[in-house]
Amino acid sequence: MRLLLRGGRIIDPSQQLDDQMDLLIEGKAIAGLGKDLTRAGGESDLTILELEGKLVVPGLIDMHTHLREPGFEYKETVRTGSLAAAAGGFTSIACMPNTDPVNDNRSVTEFILRKAKECGVVNVYPVAALSKSSEGAVITEFADLRDAGAVAFSDDGKSVMNSGLVRRALEYAHTLGMPVISHCEDMDLAAGGAANEGAVATRLGLRGIPNIAEDLMVGRDIGIAEYTGTAIHIAHVSTAGAVRLIREAKKRDVKVTAEAAPHHFTLTDEALQDYDTNAKVNPPLRTLADVNAVREGLKDGTLDAIASDHAPHSTLEKDVEFDYAANGMIGLETSLALSLRLVEEGVLTLNQLVARMSTNPARILKIPRGTLQVGADADVTVIDPNEGWTVDARTFQSRSKNTPFNGWRLRGRALVTIVGGDIKYRAR
Amino acid sequence: MRLASKDLLGIEQLSVEEINLILDTAAAFKEISTREVKKAPTLRGKTVITLFYEPSTRTRTSFEIAAKRLSADTINISASTSSVVKGETLIDTAKNLEAMNPDIVVIRHSASGAPHLLARLVRHSIINAGDGAHEHPTQALLDMFTIREKRGRIAGLQIAIVGDIAHSRVARSNIHGLTKMGAKVTVAGPPMMMPRGIDKLGVGVSHSINEAIKGADIIMMLRVQFERQKEQIFPSIREYATYFGLNRENVKLAKKDVIVMHPGPVNRGVEIAPDVADGPYSVILDQVTNGVAVRMALLYLLAGGKYETSPQGREDH
Repeated sequence: MRLLLRGGRIIDPSQQLDDQMDLLIEGKAIAGLGKDLTRAGGESDLTILELEGKLVVPGLIDMHTHLREPGFEYKETVRTGSLAAAAGGFTSIACMPNTDPVNDNRSVTEFILRKAKECGVVNVYPVAALSKSSEGAVITEFADLRDAGAVAFSDDGKSVMNSGLVRRALEYAHTLGMPVISHCEDMDLAAGGAANEGAVATRLGLRGIPNIAEDLMVGRDIGIAEYTGTAIHIAHVSTAGAVRLIREAKKRDVKVTAEAAPHHFTLTDEALQDYDTNAKVNPPLRTLADVNAVREGLKDGTLDAIASDHAPHSTLEKDVEFDYAANGMIGLETSLALSLRLVEEGVLTLNQLVARMSTNPARILKIPRGTLQVGADADVTVIDPNEGWTVDARTFQSRSKNTPFNGWRLRGRALVTIVGGDIKYRAR
Repeated sequence: MRLASKDLLGIEQLSVEEINLILDTAAAFKEISTREVKKAPTLRGKTVITLFYEPSTRTRTSFEIAAKRLSADTINISASTSSVVKGETLIDTAKNLEAMNPDIVVIRHSASGAPHLLARLVRHSIINAGDGAHEHPTQALLDMFTIREKRGRIAGLQIAIVGDIAHSRVARSNIHGLTKMGAKVTVAGPPMMMPRGIDKLGVGVSHSINEAIKGADIIMMLRVQFERQKEQIFPSIREYATYFGLNRENVKLAKKDVIVMHPGPVNRGVEIAPDVADGPYSVILDQVTNGVAVRMALLYLLAGGKYETSPQGREDH
């Protein structure tokens, strides 16, 4: 089985490529890349996609999602999350461990991988818990979890307040060559908060989560990584202060990487105006100054990756009083289009966008993806950069519909998502 | 003139004209409560439900008396006796009440925005009787009514609001209302009770009660809501009373004819000394009396508001 993607604009930062070319896939791998590949192998047994005007990029990778299985299958499953990923143009996703039970041991990691294989849509990479039950007391069996297939460790959703534990985790993970992903939030400063601390929360009578709750912990984690010579990845950066700290640390060659979520570079806390629980998220939506700092961080490379923090919740968690609503919004099916706005607005080049959404997440997670090099697994995303569409969560693959972007008019969408040489999604 | 919305969720959304309409209507209604027979047939056949998820004596009684004096049928539901304890969601409770066709539901809830959630989902009117630390619009309306009654105007007055601003819905509603009506408002309190960005609402901010009340026409003392604080954020009641309380001495810093207000319930000896609360400046009980008139006006405007005129035909306002 051979597949020829003909005439698209191929953008692959891993090879500094940006040119109109053909891409040939044979079996599971990329077999050729060049001009006029048709003549090379004849047209027998060849499926051809005519892609003039479309973008052909290494399969997108969302390194921060919540698939909710096991335990919260009414919100999302590995299957529905995978389908949402493919529809959003993602060929690989990493899923956070805050399931029930928590993914803090080999059996849960293996369960997730088995489910992913059964549905066979996208590559699913489990992130295992950093501490047992993510309770922040004792680190998990890192080596065993690595051998079971986990790609990173994190207590995402909870902040690890115990600095000694963070140090032990970073040092141990480092010897195993495994990344640690940190959710940075000082729980004392953030206690009881439901929105970004500031004028909007004050007007709405909501308890605030101050920027420094994030900044202080980013600073702490950078300090520990620097002192121990280990690496750390900062999840969902939302504040100007955190961006500045990471930028300065990178200048000192601290091994810190970081990601930002589309909602944090798109929305401010003004989105909470009518107590829209779909806009309740942690870290909270911040101010315009923070949004601009996150954009600047993505532009200058301080922030390496765009990750959606896809967090499905049902109406049970969202159709309630704002204070009681769960944090989080779905993102897999809006992430690409929201990120393309950054290109339209001149914040990122297309090349930088692909780096943030594919090349860099692969590098951070140390997975052999994010490239269109000949011989690599054929994970490819074809993007129609000009298709205008209106967000309607009812049409989404995700089992949950909690997005504040409903009704938004966006431009650009995944046209074809190819995973391991197979077309897993094709826009109608 | 009519109110623009079917609901009263906050003062923030009201126009100056709407506030004046409510206050003028209340002025007309106040007389009913002084009659021998304190009842008007205005809302006969209307149903008013009070749905309180937080304890309240004053506000709830005030709403009930207001409704009854206008001949509406009233039903009171409190969180402790309703299906709330069985774990029913707020939306389900609201939908069930709606199915019984009430005209107005008055809701108090500890979560900011709870009345807004209901207002989006039901056909009948919602009156916010206090939501979290967000708004308590009828309190601000009765405060404005009282100020207008005592001073003849609101515009140009210097008003100090003192206390736990961060946790106070009374403060927010009054800030919106008083600044809209042209008063000069200063809020004062210790920093841990001062929410970030409060100055964006157009008020002066002080951390000294004496500074805030100096030359003030009106002093509005807030209840220190220790029950709303998840952890103890201030050293002691004693320290609070000494440095942030209103007493016989510092009240002299205000204008000679200053009015002292308090939304109640008063913590005697904490935010306000007993002799000030009971003293000549105090209008605390007038506020309570006026609360009934203001709530009658609101119930009338929302439930009976299909009449284009106010009860005495005063269309000149």
